[in-house]
Amino acid sequence: MNIHEYQGKDILRESGVNVPNGHVAYTIDEAVNAAKKLNSDVTVVKAQIHAGGRGKAGGVKIAKNLDDVRTYADEILGKNLVTHQTGPEGKEVKRLLIEEGSDIQNEYYVGLVMDRATSRVVMMASEEGGTEIEEVAAETPEKIFKEVIDPVVGLSGYQARRLAFNINIPDELIGKAAKFMIGLYNVFVEKDCSIAEINPLVTTGDGQVMALDSKLNFDDNAMFRQKDVMELRDLEEEDEKEIEASKYDLSYVALDGNIGCMVNGAGLAMSTMDIIKHYGGEPANFLDVGGGATAEKVTEAFKIILSDSHVKGIFVNIFGGIMKCDVIAEGVVEATKQVGLDIPLVVRLEGTNVELGKQILDESGLNITSAGSMADGAEKIVSAVK
Amino acid sequence: MSVYVNKDTKVIVQGITGGTAKFHTRQMLDYGTKIVGGVTPKKGGTEVEGVPVFNTVQDAVDETGANASVVYVPAPAAADAILEAVDAELDLVICITEHIPVMDMVKVKRAMEGKKTRLVGPNCPGVITADESKIGIMPGYIHKKGHIGVVSRSGTLTYEAVHQLSEAGYGQTTAVGIGGDPVNGTDFIDALSAFNEDPETEAVVMIGEIGGTAEEEASEWVKANMDKPVVGFIGGATAPPGKRMGHAGAIISGGKGTAEEKIRVMNESGIQTADTPADIGETMINVLKENGLQEKCKTH
Repeated sequence: MNIHEYQGKDILRESGVNVPNGHVAYTIDEAVNAAKKLNSDVTVVKAQIHAGGRGKAGGVKIAKNLDDVRTYADEILGKNLVTHQTGPEGKEVKRLLIEEGSDIQNEYYVGLVMDRATSRVVMMASEEGGTEIEEVAAETPEKIFKEVIDPVVGLSGYQARRLAFNINIPDELIGKAAKFMIGLYNVFVEKDCSIAEINPLVTTGDGQVMALDSKLNFDDNAMFRQKDVMELRDLEEEDEKEIEASKYDLSYVALDGNIGCMVNGAGLAMSTMDIIKHYGGEPANFLDVGGGATAEKVTEAFKIILSDSHVKGIFVNIFGGIMKCDVIAEGVVEATKQVGLDIPLVVRLEGTNVELGKQILDESGLNITSAGSMADGAEKIVSAVK
Repeated sequence: MSVYVNKDTKVIVQGITGGTAKFHTRQMLDYGTKIVGGVTPKKGGTEVEGVPVFNTVQDAVDETGANASVVYVPAPAAADAILEAVDAELDLVICITEHIPVMDMVKVKRAMEGKKTRLVGPNCPGVITADESKIGIMPGYIHKKGHIGVVSRSGTLTYEAVHQLSEAGYGQTTAVGIGGDPVNGTDFIDALSAFNEDPETEAVVMIGEIGGTAEEEASEWVKANMDKPVVGFIGGATAPPGKRMGHAGAIISGGKGTAEEKIRVMNESGIQTADTPADIGETMINVLKENGLQEKCKTH
């Protein structure tokens, strides 16, 4: 799950991690009032969307006075921002962060990720702040420093100081930088983050070390114990069908093609997309109904696929293990009864309770093409939509 | 011979009173797996499918002599269940549960350092040695006894590969599902190394997917250490970057973890890869022919 920059900064501030003062604004008047409250020499007006690259796309402006704030707020609110992370369709700006300007001396990068190779959280830091870390990693990998963190002890003082020294933070600010890093790690763990990226981390003329930007992503699997974070979810930033799917614990990702897929298991669901493409078709979605799906969940999954107007045919590919084929079959029958079906449907069933599943489909009287294998099913659905 | 589990493995089912666990306990018993007990706190003294239920893993081990467990406990309590099994010094814990918070797994892995217990999973289908012991949720009937080892990050893709091999007449030794989470117990290299040492296994199918670099590391290991042919497949060639594809670990981030890169490294390491999941069986048969192993591996 993603949240906005201002929400991330609120979380950091509450945890004692240094960030500039700022307020969220949904309207131009709110933006001006926020700037009045801040009463700083320079005010930054920042577009809040769930994507990076906002500055380059014109979503970040420096205001010298309240009139500037008004002008920029008017300009950015409602604007469709296209950045390298939004895709060509862009994202409409509905919220602004109004923040006090900082006297920036230097920019750095600090990030936390889950490192699979060590099964530990790793903190990365670089003096190449403001640049994307992937770029730094590709061009000057020697400028990225890492500390692997023991979950029992957390980020140690010496580790934080070592990072701070390595990225050439001035000696007099090493203590503040280390405190910042330890605070960030503690937030990462306490809030079940999956990524925490501060780019840039800055040192200021008045001797502060603070987060000028914040990107916090969260582990969806831990949201049951992070109710506060869950409340920060901005549904307007997410795909409608993906929201609907998440209500039923279905794993759904919208794609550009016209063949709807319903599959059990993430690996098989991905490979079903791959094999459709292999036979010359284009998948409309990734949809994993998961292991513990009920007939009701399958029905909802089917409805979500059918709600995509691009879908010209559906391929159901099930290899039942924990998922029973008869449950899938019942769901398919129930869904088609509820929503009607006037496009080709190819079903391939294999695994637990397969005979029962096939029997339910056969007796339903529905117009279903059955497939003997995954390849057979993919070929059949691709030729059916052509 | 086989890998990790055999007909003598005595298994307890953690979370046995849940619906899914009950169903699969029945399926495992029917397959012939030695399920000797179950654990659900406060349900000790009862029975599920004729299997005695205990309050703690230690009680179950003391009473039954179990050496392995399979975890069906819901995600919020699953990490604790794994730790309880580790504490009882079981040889093997297979965790089926999906959606465990990754931070919980980081702690579990830390706590398991230096302990004797092997963890398989989480978020995996389990481990099966054909005709001997099925521990997990895989459909048993597709597995036939033979000489091919299977290791995979994906449950249903494992079934797909096993089904193709069995249909073509090539049985398996053991199929190990290592799971789709970014932080897991047994990894590709552990399983490949076990298959390499198993005298019954002649060749191995390795099924990966997008995200992380475990396949690349395993490929390097295969190149340097593996005496037996390995055939591979990677799911997710068409997955868009930055999107989590069902499994917590299946995400291309920062240009890393693409199927293209994994396939490239696998091929460079001498691992032949199948173009589609439907070709895994055939690719293996071709590789067996090339290595003069076809006769030996054709089991039925």
